[in-house]
Formats: sequence, C-alpha cells, structure tokens
Amino acid sequence: MAHRRPAKDQPQSFQWTTENQDWCEAQIKKYPDGRQASCIIPFLWRGQKQEGWVSIPMMEAIARQLDMPYIRVYEVATFYTMFNLAPVGEYFVQLCGTTPCMLRGAQDLREVCKSEIGPEMQISEDGKLSWLEVECLGACCNAPMAQISTKDGDHYYEDLTPENFKQLLSDLRAGKDVKTGTQNPKRHTSDPEGENTTLTDPSLYDGSAAKPLDQIPNSQPAPAE
Amino acid sequence: MLEDKDRIFTNLYGLHDWRLEEAKKRGAWNGTADFIRMGHDWIIQQVKDSGLRGRGGAGFPTGLKWSFMPKEIGERPHYLVVNADESEPGTCKDREMMRHDPHLFIEGCLIASYAMKANACYVYIRGEYVDERNNLQAAVDEAYAAGLLGKNAAGSGWDFDLYVHHGAGAYICGEETALLESLEGKKGQPRLKPPFPAGAGLYGCPTTVNNVESIAVVPTILRRGADWFTKFGRENNHGTKVFCVSGHVERPCNVEEAMSIPLKKLINEHCGGVRGGWDNLKAVIPGGSSVPLIPREICDDVLMDFDALKDVKSGLGTAAVIVMDKSTDIVRAISRISYFYKHESCGQCTPCREGTGWMWRVLERMAEGNSTTDEIDKLLDVAGQVEGHTICALGDAAAWPVQGLIRHFRGEIEERINAYRSDRGAVSMAGVAAE
Repeated sequence: MAHRRPAKDQPQSFQWTTENQDWCEAQIKKYPDGRQASCIIPFLWRGQKQEGWVSIPMMEAIARQLDMPYIRVYEVATFYTMFNLAPVGEYFVQLCGTTPCMLRGAQDLREVCKSEIGPEMQISEDGKLSWLEVECLGACCNAPMAQISTKDGDHYYEDLTPENFKQLLSDLRAGKDVKTGTQNPKRHTSDPEGENTTLTDPSLYDGSAAKPLDQIPNSQPAPAE
Repeated sequence: MLEDKDRIFTNLYGLHDWRLEEAKKRGAWNGTADFIRMGHDWIIQQVKDSGLRGRGGAGFPTGLKWSFMPKEIGERPHYLVVNADESEPGTCKDREMMRHDPHLFIEGCLIASYAMKANACYVYIRGEYVDERNNLQAAVDEAYAAGLLGKNAAGSGWDFDLYVHHGAGAYICGEETALLESLEGKKGQPRLKPPFPAGAGLYGCPTTVNNVESIAVVPTILRRGADWFTKFGRENNHGTKVFCVSGHVERPCNVEEAMSIPLKKLINEHCGGVRGGWDNLKAVIPGGSSVPLIPREICDDVLMDFDALKDVKSGLGTAAVIVMDKSTDIVRAISRISYFYKHESCGQCTPCREGTGWMWRVLERMAEGNSTTDEIDKLLDVAGQVEGHTICALGDAAAWPVQGLIRHFRGEIEERINAYRSDRGAVSMAGVAAE
C-alpha cells in the first residue's frame, strides 16, 4: 500500500471554472440515475487539472456536488496514486521504475532527475519541475520512459537515455516545444527500431478489406453427414 | 510465421490513420449489422468455436464467460465492462489497440454487448493513458456521429451506448471486481465472489468484464470465421495474440503472432534476438510480472501458449515477455517486482498487505547478500502463506515471481549470501528477519 497524506497548507476554498462546471454536468449523464458517485474519479482528475493538485476544499466541494459524505471522497483521493495531495512542479515528471524500465536503465534516469531537478517530490527552485518514481506506466516496449504532466496535458516520453532525457527536461524548462512519444528517431511507436518485420503487406491498406462479405462464415447450417 | 493477411491489428503501430474512414478501409465495421442479425446465440457460439481465451491474463474461455450472463433481461439491465486498466508490468498492447485501432475495438464492444443483451458498455481505461483516452473518446464520438453507436447502432436494430471511464493509478483495478468498485466511485478493493459479476456486477446488475484484446478480436473472428482463428496455435490455445517484448532484446516491440510460437523464434525473428546473442540469455518472464520467470534452458524450446507455459510452472498471462540477459541482477529484478506489489496491494487482506512488504524487504537484503540460506526457505514459506489466502489474485501474483526466483536461481542467492558472509567474517542475523 502507498501511504498518502494531504498537504499541511490548504487553500480556503475551491470553485470550478464555468467550463469545468458544464463538463461535470455532462459527465453525470453517463451514469444511471442515483449513480453519480461514479463521477468521483473523473471529477477529482478534472479538479487536479484545474488547480494542479487535489486539495481538501476540492474534496469537500465534490462531495457536496455528488451528494455523498466527504469522507468517501477523501477515501478515494488518498487511495489512487495519481491524485497529487500536495502541489507539484509546473512539469511533473513521473519516471517509471518498474522492472521492464529498470532493465533498460531507469536507474540512470533517476540520477538525471536528481541532478536536474533535485530530491524526489521537491519542487525545483524555479517552480518548473518536480519528479516522482512511479510504478509501471504500460509502455514497456519503449522502456525506459516517463510521463510528464502539465495543466494542459499528460504525455509519454519513451526510449529515453540520460542524454535525451536531460535535453528534454532542459527544453521543457526553457518553454520549448518537445516531441512526445518515442525519442528514438528510428521508431514510430512500439514498432521495432528500424525496419518492421510485420504489417508491410500493402494489400492490407488498399481498401480490399472493406469489400462487402460474400457470405457470413458459418452462417449456413452444417450439412448433415 | 503469421502472414500479414492474418493479422487482426493492422494498425498496431499507428503508421496509418486511426479515424473511421481509414479504419473502414482496413475492414472495421464491415458486416457488423449482419452478424448481429444472426442472433445472440450464434455470436456466442462462434466465439466459443473460435477457442478464444481471455487475453487479460487468466485465459478463461471468452464465449463460455459470455454464456454465464442471464438469457433474458430481467428487472436489471445487463452491462459489458471492458477492462482497459492495462497495468501488468511488461504489458503495453491494449494501449496500442485503443489509440491505433479504436474502431475494431468499438465494433467489438457493440457485438459483444449485443451477444450478452447489454445496451450499455463502460470502458475503464487506466488513468495514466490520457492521450489514449482522448483518442478513444474521439473515435467514440465519430462512431456516434456516423450512427454506429446510439439508437439502432450500425443499423443493427440494437440500441447501444458506449461510455469511456477512467481510473487514477491503481494496478488493483485491473482485478475485475475492484474495477467495478472503482467504477462505482469507491476505492478499488476486490469483492468476495460469489456473487460473480454475471449475477451481480456493476450497480448490482449482471455484468461481464472482458479485456480490450478479447473484445477487439471478435469482429475479425466473425468476419473470417471461427475456423480461421482455430488454424493458429495448438489445441486449446488458438488464435493470434499480441506479444509485448521488452527488456534485453535488440529491438523491443509489440507484435501480433500466432499463439504457440516458440519463444526463441518470437525473440529472434521480431526483436533482433537477445542482446549479445541467445547464449547471453539468463531468464525470461513470459507473461507479465505476475508469472514465474523461466531460465534459459526452458526458453530454448518453450512454446508461447497457455498450456505450454503452465507445464513449465509459469504462465502466458498477458503475453508480456520480459527478457533478461546475463548482465541482470536477477535478485534485484525480482525484488523490484516485489516492491511493485507492495506498492499496489490494496491493503484489504492481511497476507497481502503484510506479506508483500515483507517479501520485498527480505529480497532487498538478499540482493546484497545480507541474509542466511535458511532465510530462503523462510521466504518460500511466507510466499506460500500469501498465495491462495487472499480475496483476489494479487496475493498469488506477488508470491509467484518470488517462488520462481527461488526455484531456478536458489544457487545464485546462496552464492551471494556466502560471498557477503565470507567478506565480513561472522555476521549475526537478527531474529526479526524483515525489519
């Protein structure tokens, strides 16, 4: 289990922006009547995108909004590790450290984080960056990798090396545009580096697969033997 | 080797446009309404005949699972819930299907939901897959706009709504009942079974939870025929499968291959071989972090399917192949997996809550050599106490990698302990092993 506690310093209040308020109302409609509690994770996530982290006044406001006890929201916010219970840097680096990434050098990337940003979960002096080692992010064929979150998005940066990772952090810090996804110029996504061994047959893409089926397979009763 | 024409996920790498128009050219949504007109039972029978086994790890026959749903809709609606909480270390296949071939998947949701008489489906996608979620939602919006979802979906006469929901970083929500708890707005803690979800699942209604890949392959199975799917793989292990190969290979990648492909062939043909050559291989975790590793001797000729890997005391799991060459500190590699389970235990069951941390702490010391050979048996004993004594399989999943390590690399752990002790003369071990 991960032990997680809210930050000591909490804001006085929380209020949705008008856009997010409208978004919330649309979300509730996805679930049956009386099941609005299902919105709790999406709402906390949206709140985190709005404010950068999940505060106690936010949890209280969401509890009122979903007509549920505050403690139930607190319970969810402290259980799920993607909710930041304290402020993070403008760019929040979540470095995957689980075995597939570890085998391909995640440990060296930890050192880059330490030297370029500072101690884990401490915002850099310029407020731009903070970092955390997280568990498997599910991009293992492009290991090692990190997810970097900002208020505007949460992108994966894959096939990292200490060199390209250092450059990436420095470019983000400088406000430059960076390429998301794989940082290996010889890969597209999770295809192998260089020439692909599969999906090279052009007939897959010429539209022939869209030709109406002559007959549905196995749609006729089998002939009696 | 599987030919391209027999691959289901023709845009696995995102080299082509994922949007509806191009997806249709690749065959998505071709004949959907006709399949639905063949009826609920026909679809379930086709899936049964195809031999499809669940692609999320457990390998339960998909058609059989579907047949557990009530035959008629009673007072409570039926639901299909798709488990897209892909978090098993090593696994990164559902992600590619959802962002690159979303229409095959959405079509599969409609067909599967119709087969089980569900008018609504929730896709629970892991919270970290933000870009993937946005992509999938855009594809869903496209499908609604084109009349493929909603009232009379795809002209089939069946009303069907598809909703994208997400989590927030909890591996345990990949367990089907924890997923349902989470979807209902609670902590992701698994439920006791029975009742099984087919009786009382989401909101207490009949529910089937399936993995993304299990659902996404169904339309193609119907288009090509169940007998086409059974052409691949050995008896009881049929079909094609997306393998995720990571770790110490020259060219890690996702690749769709026939079931029962030899592991060595998979690695050599698609991944450029093991780094430093096959002889440099130390061990492979063949099915995601939960399954026991297999050493090189077994890797030489093992086949990649459910039964072959079970026979060597491992498992196909999610078909996430984690390759480790001889440079690997195998104790540390498994210890890192133990840390993962410690971090992800939901804390509900004592054996898992306490045992995962205990195993991790002992393994960390063993990686240094700071242990005793007796303690290896103690560790095995604790792993055995965790295994099978918890509500869900996370306890088992935490125990198996540790058991696999000791089964195959006990000698290496002992050597390390002996080296540590001989370097230091007399080493006294405290009674409280893990503290």
